[in-house]
Amino acid sequence: MKLSSMLIGACSAFALFATAQAETVTIATVNNGDMVTMKGLADDFTKSHPGIELEWVVLDENTLRQRVTTDIATKGGQFDVMIIGAYEVPIWANRGWLVPLTKLQEDEAYDANDLVPSVADALSVDGKLYAAPFYAESSMLHYRKDLVEAAGLTMPNAPTWEFIGEAARKMTDREKGINGICLRGLPGWGQLGAVLPATVNSFGGRLFDEDWNPQFDQPEWHEALQFYVDILKDAGPAGSSSNGYAEIMALFQQGKCAMWMDATVAASGLTGADSTVADKMAWALAPNTGLGKTAGWFWTWTLAIPAGTAQQDAAAEFIAWATSKEYTKLVAGVKGWAQVPPGTRTSLYENQTYLDAAPFAQLTIDSIRAADANNPSVKPVPYTGVQFAAIPEWIGIGDSITQQFSAAIAGTKTVEEALAEAQNIATREMRAAGYID
Amino acid sequence: MATKHTKTLSRLMNLPAIGLLFIWMIVPLTMAIYYSFQRYNLLKPDQRGFAGWFNYEFFITDPAFVAAIINTIVLVGGVLLITIIGGVLLGLLLNQAIVGRGIVRILFISPFFVMPTVAALVWKNMLMHPIYGMFAEIARFFGGTPIDFFATIPLLSIVIIVTWQWLPFATLILLTALQSLDQEQQEAADMDGASAFAKFRYITLPHLARAMTVVALIETIFLLSIFAEIKVTTNGGPGTDTTNLPYLVFSRALQHFDVGGASAGGIIAVILANIVAIFLIRAVGKNLEA
Amino acid sequence: MARKVSIGRKVGFTALAWTLGCLMFFPIFWMMLTGFKTEVGAIASPPQFFFTPTLESYKDVIEQSNYMRFVMNSIIIAGGSTLLALVVAIPSAWSMAFSPTKHTKDVLMWMLSTKMMPPVGVLVPLYLMLQYFGLLDTRTGLVIIMMLINLPIIIWMLFTYFKEIPSEILEASRMDGAVLWKEIVYVLLPMALPGIASTLLLNLILAWNESFWTLNLTASNAATLTQFISSFSSPQGLFFAKLSAASTMAIGPIMVLGWFSQKQLVTGLTFGAVK
Repeated sequence: MKLSSMLIGACSAFALFATAQAETVTIATVNNGDMVTMKGLADDFTKSHPGIELEWVVLDENTLRQRVTTDIATKGGQFDVMIIGAYEVPIWANRGWLVPLTKLQEDEAYDANDLVPSVADALSVDGKLYAAPFYAESSMLHYRKDLVEAAGLTMPNAPTWEFIGEAARKMTDREKGINGICLRGLPGWGQLGAVLPATVNSFGGRLFDEDWNPQFDQPEWHEALQFYVDILKDAGPAGSSSNGYAEIMALFQQGKCAMWMDATVAASGLTGADSTVADKMAWALAPNTGLGKTAGWFWTWTLAIPAGTAQQDAAAEFIAWATSKEYTKLVAGVKGWAQVPPGTRTSLYENQTYLDAAPFAQLTIDSIRAADANNPSVKPVPYTGVQFAAIPEWIGIGDSITQQFSAAIAGTKTVEEALAEAQNIATREMRAAGYID
Repeated sequence: MATKHTKTLSRLMNLPAIGLLFIWMIVPLTMAIYYSFQRYNLLKPDQRGFAGWFNYEFFITDPAFVAAIINTIVLVGGVLLITIIGGVLLGLLLNQAIVGRGIVRILFISPFFVMPTVAALVWKNMLMHPIYGMFAEIARFFGGTPIDFFATIPLLSIVIIVTWQWLPFATLILLTALQSLDQEQQEAADMDGASAFAKFRYITLPHLARAMTVVALIETIFLLSIFAEIKVTTNGGPGTDTTNLPYLVFSRALQHFDVGGASAGGIIAVILANIVAIFLIRAVGKNLEA
Repeated sequence: MARKVSIGRKVGFTALAWTLGCLMFFPIFWMMLTGFKTEVGAIASPPQFFFTPTLESYKDVIEQSNYMRFVMNSIIIAGGSTLLALVVAIPSAWSMAFSPTKHTKDVLMWMLSTKMMPPVGVLVPLYLMLQYFGLLDTRTGLVIIMMLINLPIIIWMLFTYFKEIPSEILEASRMDGAVLWKEIVYVLLPMALPGIASTLLLNLILAWNESFWTLNLTASNAATLTQFISSFSSPQGLFFAKLSAASTMAIGPIMVLGWFSQKQLVTGLTFGAVK
């Protein structure tokens, strides 16, 4: 048995490379906690797949995106598995840069039908799955129930921004270092650039109209940005213009924020070991303005195989392991059910153990299901993506315009100036790229 | 002076370095010039083609372009000024008889060993952060309001961080120059009853001129390409307050993945950097004469 | 110091120098201290100066990444590129210092000007080139690139240093019939050793801290400590203690080297010495 499998392995390897040795799969990943956990648990994979060795390249999000994009676009071939986001998958799949995960889709043990439909849809082109979701998120309101109660308020399940504005100002107690609300202000399409467009959606706005004209000069944007700037000024922490996800996580864990509209996955961190407010947490849907859309976004981190890698099969094996039901159980066994990668599998939300351990679970999955990447706004849009537009130009545009919005938050620019600049920047780029005349 | 034979030989010995640097310069430069006339976005490989001057025009008309040039000049100039003046003063101080001079010297030069990214992360999160940064704690201790460094004085904050990194280098080089100062000349000046200031002005300062030139030149080269510090702390914002030329090129290259635009930006940056260099050399050129 | 120094002056200068020195060093001290805190302790207010140190962060960092491999790559790439650059630079600097032509100054300036291209502007062309030669993510590729990057500075420093050596000495040895290579190896090098040593040290530091090419041209095989730092910067969650521990580990080797050789560094650099 052993001999024969060795022989087969040797022959197939011989056929491919004329050498027989262990295959090395190089994985490029972002340094988020869940991925670091995956790296820590990878022994479980290598034990059951003795012919495969894993090499890890762990980078912060910005650097990772630069590295993998440069590599895949120049066919550099440095990586066999790439961890990429919901933004990249459709663009890259359309370029033929990704290997479709057909085997995984057909594999009964893997059970691709168990993937949350909206998540699988976002990662498929023409019915073919191009990336396997590792975790998925929407956004929701994380809040401190003790502070809300102390202010004599009741948090509705679906709060309006108006209510949030009042509550934030009411709960702010700068003497005690408590800020009514913390929101991202750090420039970057994945930072402020995720929260603000999602917020604008709930104010009835959109990124581009049907003819790809940027919409930053429209009244919805003005209203939303003005609201955002004002609420941070009145009830936000100092230094909001340089706060990103990680910074606010630290602030909230230290008890310095009463509310925070951000990624659903933040709930694990807020109830985790580092948090001083773990037992005071409660959640509500992302706020709205009564127009029919909440500020809920959609994002997922996925594993994909770049076209051209020589280790396709081994890479697929790894992806199957990392996004399987068994992997979820493995994490639950080591870190507890509340810490498993959320949002990707329907079965997880039918698991009573999980629902009991993670009080935020139901709201998470409801938010993910509600997020509609094809109809993010009340008005029609030409792009897919809730808080971004899945076009190659978006990263650049998103990064530049959020610099302007961040300046408005810092107070160095007025809301009008920032929006005018943003409109100018986006129009220039869209014109140069040939979307508009 | 030297024989003809050795002269030829010495030319030959210079060749490998010149050759290598020539290749190193000419190959990427040619490729950059080629790409700068191409419409080439990494994410849209199907839309390649000749672009004429479009990439240059687009880069120069970028609303952030003028700001980037001004910020680059302020950043380079500011840091140069502070590190050279500070370096002379610290050099003079460290040249005194001090108890534990070796250790003090170590304290002073240590920041130079710190990677730019690490320096920026430490300053941003542990010192300048308006909530749990050390400066905020000090401000609160004295009953003041903490400064929100990266929102209110973003460029100055970057200058502070970069200065911290480069002051040790300036101090080190100026200190070594001071140590070679002619003692006899000093003593002669003492006997003539020269004031401390006069001695500094007429003996020390001229003596330091060449060392200052070296500091200015080497620092300029590194400061012109400051990037990691900005990326880590402000992402070029708020607005375009901390966007410098390298950051703008970075934005085209790795945010827009616009190879053509980034190449054009790179060429423009090279041209501007060389203009700065020519001015710098004019200004301090005589100190380079061997 | 031949001159007498009053006690008061000495005390005054000592106090001032120590105060300023401690201020300069404080960010590093604070970072090192934070590495021994818990994540929660790292952002405590008021800041903790006295606390029970924990090695938890160091343990996490070591478990999460292959520190030794990053260090080895950093050493090989920084060391290799510096040594290689010296081999090319010494003859070149010798030539320009001792038989200058009217173009020498221009050549020197031109060499420096090759450093003025923003690296990111040529990233894609260079990436394609390295890929063509199969040098992506190899130590060889990175050693070559880093060598070329630092070469101008090395030639420059050596040139300034060689300039200080009286050419009469070299000529005297030539009169004695020494051939060229002997002249360089037996006469020039020993005299220039302190200068070469400090050039070497300075460039080791610059190469060690280089963070663009080392990050963008590597994946797993040739990744240096800059990737190690990247993997701990801004993850989603508290990270200051871990980042501090990782940073301390990343700058540790080069800083210790710098501390031990600081005297060498100081005596070797003689810019501005009397001619």
